[in-house]
Amino acid sequence: MIEIIELKKSFNGKVVLDGVNLTIERGKITVIIGRSGEGKSVLLKHIIGLLKPDSGKILFEGKDITKMDEEEFHEVLKRFGMLFQSAALFDSMTVGENVGFPLKEHTDLPEEKIKKIVSEKLRRVGLVGVEDMMPAELSGGMKKRVGLARAIVMDPEIVLFDEPTTGLDPIMSDSIADLILETQRALKTTYVVITHDIKLTYKIADTIAMLHKGKIIEKGTVEEMKNNPNPILRQFLEGRAHGPIKVF
Amino acid sequence: MREFFERLGILTEEAIKTMGSMAIMLAQSVYYLFLPPYKFRIIFKQMEFIGVKSLFVVVLTGAFTGMVLAMQSYNALKRFGAESLVGPTVALSMARELGPVLTGLMVTGRAGSAMATELGTMRVTEQIDALYTMAINPVKYLVVPRIVAGVCMLPFLTIIADFVGVVGGYFVGVVLLDINPGVYIGRTVDYVNADDIFVGLMKSAVFGLIISLIACYHGYNTTGGAEGVGKSATNSVVMGCVLILVFDYILTSIMF
Repeated sequence: MIEIIELKKSFNGKVVLDGVNLTIERGKITVIIGRSGEGKSVLLKHIIGLLKPDSGKILFEGKDITKMDEEEFHEVLKRFGMLFQSAALFDSMTVGENVGFPLKEHTDLPEEKIKKIVSEKLRRVGLVGVEDMMPAELSGGMKKRVGLARAIVMDPEIVLFDEPTTGLDPIMSDSIADLILETQRALKTTYVVITHDIKLTYKIADTIAMLHKGKIIEKGTVEEMKNNPNPILRQFLEGRAHGPIKVF
Repeated sequence: MREFFERLGILTEEAIKTMGSMAIMLAQSVYYLFLPPYKFRIIFKQMEFIGVKSLFVVVLTGAFTGMVLAMQSYNALKRFGAESLVGPTVALSMARELGPVLTGLMVTGRAGSAMATELGTMRVTEQIDALYTMAINPVKYLVVPRIVAGVCMLPFLTIIADFVGVVGGYFVGVVLLDINPGVYIGRTVDYVNADDIFVGLMKSAVFGLIISLIACYHGYNTTGGAEGVGKSATNSVVMGCVLILVFDYILTSIMF
């Protein structure tokens, strides 16, 4: 569905992405893992157009999104949803307005219908009766849930997740992982998740790709990755401070 | 010595970059302003924020400025027996100069800093990115309404400041300093033209643009978390105030 070809990006002379090649399959959960600061977020931001590459292509259904004009790209974006690390809820709006915002901006649906969709999506992420609360009143886990509800409110074909479990306790992390699985299985949406949470990765991934030094060094299913002897991958998956990856 | 020139060069480069980026933001805003769909509801909300909510501070500033002007000009004019000219002095100073400038400075402090803080917070908490990913152009959604509101509301605030200032001047001149009310009003009407007020309003519209554009620019381009947000607010107020005074001179000399 999405094909990333030789994607390169540097910031102030520092190479972050050094020729990333990755194919994201339709209807699957692709988890991109890697150390903090390895450019996972940068890669995600390229997929959704927040950053422009120095060189390389990102093909969405065969068309290069990095070359599209604004109007064309907005049509593509309407088929995307994104859950930000901090959930990025608009703090001037209520939860209900946040979730309904994309519908209000992009459709002519009447207020009543939007409200109905909003509560249905909120119910899907396990929240009931929170429409009139403000984001500041929510806990971290609830914010992520609301963020997910907003990301899927337009029934997107692809949802991107930026570190969905960062900052959550282990129980809440697990429930977010369940939620990711449930919503994905129910809607057969394509999910792209970036994380360094190994437990989450093993639980939800159809495909795992490891980003290291600006390149995808290994890619495979959970089983394949578990049995992969690559010492860099092993060190990361086992969470060891000593190995080929130097901490400092 | 070399260090000095190096620093000077860096500063100049930064200044030119900033001006260029601001010009680009302004050009984009003009483009998106005329591109449907139009966001009237958000524009009105910003108008309320910049206009209605600045009213109190503008009225207060206008009143006291008018009052002190009356007192000072009385003191000066009395020396050559021209007390009757206090009225036009206050009205002309308010309409041509102090009304627009003081309103601009007060709105910069109140609304400009708040705009920069709001947009800065939205930037560092990824809310602006979120807008973008929802296929909503953040410049159209966030910057355009603020600029439109600034340009539209500043003249209104200025005319209120002018009026309150003249009333304040009348109060001090007539009630406290015993100038004949007929003379005070008569002279004011004789000497002040509609042009004088118009020139002031033109200036205030430009100040409105400066305040909103600078606040939006700094807020929109905030980096570095909470500290960055604070820096953006400070920068937008400092830069806004300085530019208002600079443009005040430029515009006055053009429309003299």
